[in-house]
Amino acid sequence: MKTTINLKMLVGCFCMLFFLSSCKNETKNETMTSQTEKAETGEVKKQGQAFIKDDESTPNVLNIAIGSPDHTTLVAAVQAADLENALVNAGPLMVFAPTNAAFDALPPGTVEDLLKPENKNALANILKHHVTPGNYSKDFLKKFKKLGQANNQNTTVEVKGEDVYVGGAKIVASIPAGNGIVHVVDKVILPPSGE
Amino acid sequence: MRKFKNPMLVLFGLALVFTSCGDQKKGNSGALTSNAAEKVYVAPGEHDEFYAFVSGGFSGQLSVYGLPSGRLFKVIPVFSQDAEKAWGYNEETKPMLNTSFGFVPWDDSHHPDISQTNGELDGRYVFINGNNTPRIAKIDLTVFETTEIIEIPNSAGNHSSSFVTENTEYVVAGTRFSVPVPQRDMPINEYKGNFKGALTFISVDPEDGGMDIKFQLMMPGFDYDLSHPGRGKSHGWFFFTTYNSEEASTLLEVNASQNDKDFIAAVNWKKIEEYVNNGGGTKMPSNYAHNVYNEETHTATSTMEKEVLVVNPTDVPGAVFFLPTPKSPHGCDVDPSGEYIVGNGKLSADLTVHSFTKMLEAIEGKKYDGDAYGIPILKFEDVLAGTVSQPGLGPLHTEFDGQGNAYTTFFISSEVVKWKLGTWEVVDRQPCFYSVGHLMIPGGNSRKPFGKYVLAMNKITKDRYLPTGPEVTQSAQLYDISGEKMELLLDFPTVGEPHYAAGIAADIVKERSKKIFDLKENKHEYGITSDADVRVERNGMEVHIYMSMIRSHFNPDNIEGIKVGDKVYFHVTNMEQDYDVPHGVSIIGANTSELLIMPGQTETFVWEPKQPGVWPFYCTDFCSALHQEMQGYVRVSPASSNIDLSWSLGE
Repeated sequence: MKTTINLKMLVGCFCMLFFLSSCKNETKNETMTSQTEKAETGEVKKQGQAFIKDDESTPNVLNIAIGSPDHTTLVAAVQAADLENALVNAGPLMVFAPTNAAFDALPPGTVEDLLKPENKNALANILKHHVTPGNYSKDFLKKFKKLGQANNQNTTVEVKGEDVYVGGAKIVASIPAGNGIVHVVDKVILPPSGE
Repeated sequence: MRKFKNPMLVLFGLALVFTSCGDQKKGNSGALTSNAAEKVYVAPGEHDEFYAFVSGGFSGQLSVYGLPSGRLFKVIPVFSQDAEKAWGYNEETKPMLNTSFGFVPWDDSHHPDISQTNGELDGRYVFINGNNTPRIAKIDLTVFETTEIIEIPNSAGNHSSSFVTENTEYVVAGTRFSVPVPQRDMPINEYKGNFKGALTFISVDPEDGGMDIKFQLMMPGFDYDLSHPGRGKSHGWFFFTTYNSEEASTLLEVNASQNDKDFIAAVNWKKIEEYVNNGGGTKMPSNYAHNVYNEETHTATSTMEKEVLVVNPTDVPGAVFFLPTPKSPHGCDVDPSGEYIVGNGKLSADLTVHSFTKMLEAIEGKKYDGDAYGIPILKFEDVLAGTVSQPGLGPLHTEFDGQGNAYTTFFISSEVVKWKLGTWEVVDRQPCFYSVGHLMIPGGNSRKPFGKYVLAMNKITKDRYLPTGPEVTQSAQLYDISGEKMELLLDFPTVGEPHYAAGIAADIVKERSKKIFDLKENKHEYGITSDADVRVERNGMEVHIYMSMIRSHFNPDNIEGIKVGDKVYFHVTNMEQDYDVPHGVSIIGANTSELLIMPGQTETFVWEPKQPGVWPFYCTDFCSALHQEMQGYVRVSPASSNIDLSWSLGE
């Protein structure tokens, strides 16, 4: 009888330990999960290729934009539209990057409006109109009459003397990137309406 | 111990622990990742629910995984030599890699597809295309080995392949690169109008699965990218995406993106089959290899075929039409009902879906928008079922769950997007890590998909795994699609580059999997069925060793009378008739791989000894407790010596 009780107790202890330890595991899981959840909701942008630490590769088009003091408005817009991960893809991507001055030249209030969360889609559409799947130098662009942009609309290419204008915006500088090329432009290229 | 004197207390304690655990679980259940591990966990000794056959891309092979666990079971050698299995190294399988260009030890394997009966997967064969030196291979799922490879003439970059029709009447191979047909010396810049794109229909024998090129449809010189068969109501048709309808031969990244729309070519193969059966088409001189592995002789043969039947599409009115489709479409996918044909315009932000019913109506009403090389072009608006507007960037490929949903991969925005057929609304999107190519739902190319999982195949992994220098693995990611929202469950590395995959319920396949080869049925030219047949024969400078192997010795294991300069053939038969007891063999200095011989099988390797001496050979596959004793010696004498040939075991 005594042995039986002892056995019961042993089993009981074993069970306790088992459940205790399993609870411990679950607690750990919960902590991990809640962290993931936080990442899913609050910091969703921290996931994906845009956030890989890489000091060796040639900077990609996003790195270049982020590193440029003349493009803080563009970068803020890209972040507001959640487009970072699209800009670090293998591409190749050709980005026409309007300067801060180009954004400033828009009618007052335009940028502020576009940066509002409810206008995220309109903003994304405008930004995608600044991206071509391809990688062409300014000189090479002279071969084109039009470019098919990532928002599914076309934009024009015009050559005036040595200058190249894309959608009416003049290319003022070009920086090769690890996954394409950034052409700095002096105007925001507005998507054609009704196409 | 005293604390727990009262067993009731223990119970109470237990109950407490139980409750608190239960509460914790509740707290977890809403989380995205809460039970992902449970969903992919297949306990040791348990079987997976699905087989996934994942292409190896530039490895040239086909990997067999289990889903949902992501466990790798086998890499089936197909187009590339594989030293592990002696594929393309032993004398029996070298002919499998023969082509009109000679022995080609590598290819780029792309799109596996599983054979079907009545539009449902039957699990008999997997077909896969070699992209570079155009070939179609057939893998027999009783042995999980490549048993037939047919070369495709007049083709180059065999990419819109190898998809099967509803009853495996045909496996189809479309050329990506158009080329001069027949091949000839001509200026490249005379491409336009002169190069042709061959779409090849390979019949599959319903009894033995034997492949034979029934006909080649000689299309205009576009690039034919991907294809899928019609099914259900559209059975009898085949659809191919095209790009480079501009017919550019240089800088295609610019010149093949000039037209706003390319085409999906709709081919009524039943009509062409009828035409061909009534004597239509032209026999064209050709030269292509047809390689067949015979399971009884355990040996492959390669036959050069000298003729191919060619059909000009304009000779069969009503058989071929072009459906305008925006911007260099890649994937060409047909839904389980056969009504919808999805064109994934890789440079378009939209997905274009054509309606088979509307296509037939447009053909009926002869509402054409001109023609291309005499092939009628239907009006875009007339065949369009709908557009999925701006679902992502860079659409590549779509699969279906059989419950009215479609799933499309987007390369540039790196995601899988779920959308509804008919309403074209986006239901859900999940990121892929990173740059997803194709995706697969088991049964995805059939009337009856198993809509439980989708497997996304990624081109780029960067930081997803422990780094391994500049070259890091590609990956596959498994999502649970049983709910409204997709849920990422698992992320696992793949062999080579997974371009596409085919999945099937394991139950359909596993009962038919062979365990051994019957030794009595071994008809190998140099095979033996008993130790009485063991011998060594000399024929000039060729020596043939008829050797047996069984746990744990070779017979013979001592051989003398071999001379420098001889060409020694080891024909080795595994006499075991027991499941999972292969033996291997190799000898020092052999300029080839080991052999890995299954029970009842015979394989051969060639050894050309270069130095006199006594050279050991041994079993290379741990076979038994006395595996380390499984060894032997060959005495090699100078070329001028006159030592008689002798062999023995245990003397």
